[in-house]
Amino acid sequence: MSEPKKPRNITTITPDRTKMPEQPPEERRKNFKEVALGFTEEQAAREADRCIQCKKPLCVPGCPVGIDIPGFIKAIAEKDYPRAYEILLASDLLPAVTGRVCPQEDQCEATCIVGKKLEPVAIGRLERFAADYALAHGLARVPEIRKRPEKVAVIGSGPGGLTCAADCARAGLQVTVFEALHVAGGVLKYGIPEFRLPNAIVDQEIANLLKMGVEIKVDHIVGKIFTIPQLMGEMGFQAVFIATGAGFPKFMGINGEGLNGVMSANEFLTRVNLMTGFEFPRTGTPVGMGKRVATIGAGNTAMDSSRTALRLGAEKSYIVYRRTEKESPARREELHHAIEEGVEFLWLNNPVEILGVEGWVKGMRCIKMDLGEPDESGRRSPVPVPGSEFELEVDTVIYALGTKANPIIASTTPGLKTNRWGYLEVDPETQETSIPGVFAGGDIVTGSATVILAMGAGRKAAKGILKRLGIDG
Amino acid sequence: MYKILKKQVFSPVTYLWELEAPDLARACRPGHFVIVRHKEGGERIPLTIADFDRERGTVTLVIQAVGASTQEMMAFEEGDHLLNLVGPLGIESHIQNYGAVVMVGGGLGVAPVFPQLRALKEAGNRTISIIGFRSKDLIFWEEKFRKYSDELIITTDDGTFGEKGLVIVPLKRLLEERPGGIQMVTAIGPGIMMKACCETTRPFGVKTLVSLNTIMVDGTGMCGSCRVSLGKEVKFVCVDGPDFDGHLVNWDELMRRQNRFRREEAHSIEQCKLNPKGGGA
Ligand SMILES: Cc1cc2nc3c(=O)[nH]c(=O)nc-3n(C[C@H](O)[C@H](O)[C@H](O)COP(=O)(O)OP(=O)(O)OC[C@H]3O[C@@H](n4cnc5c(N)ncnc54)[C@H](O)[C@@H]3O)c2cc1C
Ligand code: SF4
Ligand code: FES
Repeated sequence: MSEPKKPRNITTITPDRTKMPEQPPEERRKNFKEVALGFTEEQAAREADRCIQCKKPLCVPGCPVGIDIPGFIKAIAEKDYPRAYEILLASDLLPAVTGRVCPQEDQCEATCIVGKKLEPVAIGRLERFAADYALAHGLARVPEIRKRPEKVAVIGSGPGGLTCAADCARAGLQVTVFEALHVAGGVLKYGIPEFRLPNAIVDQEIANLLKMGVEIKVDHIVGKIFTIPQLMGEMGFQAVFIATGAGFPKFMGINGEGLNGVMSANEFLTRVNLMTGFEFPRTGTPVGMGKRVATIGAGNTAMDSSRTALRLGAEKSYIVYRRTEKESPARREELHHAIEEGVEFLWLNNPVEILGVEGWVKGMRCIKMDLGEPDESGRRSPVPVPGSEFELEVDTVIYALGTKANPIIASTTPGLKTNRWGYLEVDPETQETSIPGVFAGGDIVTGSATVILAMGAGRKAAKGILKRLGIDG
Repeated sequence: MYKILKKQVFSPVTYLWELEAPDLARACRPGHFVIVRHKEGGERIPLTIADFDRERGTVTLVIQAVGASTQEMMAFEEGDHLLNLVGPLGIESHIQNYGAVVMVGGGLGVAPVFPQLRALKEAGNRTISIIGFRSKDLIFWEEKFRKYSDELIITTDDGTFGEKGLVIVPLKRLLEERPGGIQMVTAIGPGIMMKACCETTRPFGVKTLVSLNTIMVDGTGMCGSCRVSLGKEVKFVCVDGPDFDGHLVNWDELMRRQNRFRREEAHSIEQCKLNPKGGGA
């Protein structure tokens, strides 16, 4: 770097954050290619320069896994990308993923000090830049590993399972991952669409894991083909980590849910993403979407569904949500992208009945909602406006109302404690369940949460496992 | 990859595979099913396990070539490998000594009746089997059924073998002739046939179990594609079933939902014919 840097502080930095290059909305709503194209080196340098390298950075405690954020941003500013990547990897196995899907506006960027006066540093975009650079330039190195004899079974290959597997493998343990589906990756593969998180990125990360000696057995449902007692007994695993995700989609129980054209977002997204239904009939799985689609819910899953519907040629793609935009739990960027792409939002509306003709959906009766008086928690819950019912003309209804706990593991593992919703109980320090040597983390413990929280749990569990096995981490 | 050890063709549209799958053979019980995928990009197809042999480490599937995928799969020969096989899925059938049971299988449904029949016989039941086919040349597993059935009735729609007509005719006769003499009926086959069996047994108040074959994707409870209404309740066939009390099933909805990709499937088979080498669907 040529000229000496002038001292950077809130008054001298560029006030506005660097814009992310994106496919224009009218184009991208017709394809499955990634929406956000990623920073160029120049853009990354410009944004990295906005970080004022706080002595007591508040972004770090905002990150659920405590990435050394000023550290990696400094490395980017110095164009030392391998170092930036190393710093990320020290806390986060999948920075190319989290850089894309973390709700940064609620985490690191929410607490960023620059954000108090100006737009916060675009931490997620920088994270993605460094990770993409590393993947593109083959910087991901397989660490030297001293093999040990202990065997660990990981159940589920979502972000939680993958992180725990990687950490255990680094410590030399022999790791086998059991995955129910025919591919590894969990929600990263079957749920989050290609236009937000390309499969190639997830596959690259999984390939790295395989290079570290982790074995992944797809098509293996633990609780069905083997039980946890079998894994820990005759099969010789000393520890098990359960990261089976949340599973079980919720429906509302209103009339008409059995009609053709009603499905869960999980079904819709799985048909499209995992089963490549958008290529039907070249590939084997149809999607069964009509032309006018209503998605119920306003979280990430709802955004993904409504935007996928547009890409599959829906003439109308509605989001129906009983609260307001403010309460939408989606990442802000996704909400914003959905609006730009032409998803129509029916805020403060609740479905009351799905209408059909000859067994197929032909409409959805909704009622308008109003925000009522605040309750003790200060939250104003929506109440129906009497007489405000109306009919929305749709032929497809997608439920994106969240999930319940999948019971397969709990029901086949005697002694495994669950809470009253069926999620697994763990020691928050070690992620160990009620059965010694059996650990759990991710959505199956917390209920539907986030990728980074699942990864944090996977890491914590790996530490817990090493401790339980008497190995120094 | 799972090796096809044996292939048997029962008719131009029905075939059997015996697959090498030792872990699956050890874990599975009557009533369980599997999901298969035959090639990259292929769909996931649920199939009920028709037989298994723990000693030899094999699992048997009987498949009907109804869609594009199952038609392509028919070209697989002994020694070929199946790409994906996952299971055992669902809850195993409840086996107990009921007394006398009638086991009804219709067409392809005859195959998944078999492991239940064997288990019920071994549990001490008196077993009466009714197996129905469209025509004589479609009949399979007569000997297997005879071995575990105290009585065996075969029907054909066209009368080319056994009793002419539908399975519900002998079913109704048995119920009438032996009041109180039948404790349980199991019916497996096309939706329309299972529904007819349930309507036949309903007035007699005889418990009737059916094994539902809904459209599935994952088979683990994650998607809800397989859901079915039982009275006011909604159940997921892949985790709560596949066996249910047939008298509670909403058959009209079930059959409608089974046809929900009919338009797409027809299009796909059409493409397959137009472009036989293109991999079709
Ligand atoms: C459509 C969608 C969009 C989302 N968008 C975001 C986002 O933008 N940002 C964000 O942070 N989070 C997002 N999430 C949430 C996030 O994906 C999850 O919180 C996270 O994936 C949980 O990770 P996990 O490891 O616990 O489980 P999962 O990713 O759910 O993986 C669990 C894996 O276990 C397998 N499995 C289940 N049971 C068994 C068994 N018995 N034996 C073997 N394998 C089994 C499953 O097949 C699956 O592959 C989204 C979720 C969805 C559905
Ligand atoms: S992992 Fe998520 S919270 Fe942590 S720095 Fe990256 S984007 Fe922010
Ligand atoms: S097949 Fe997906 S939930 Fe049953």
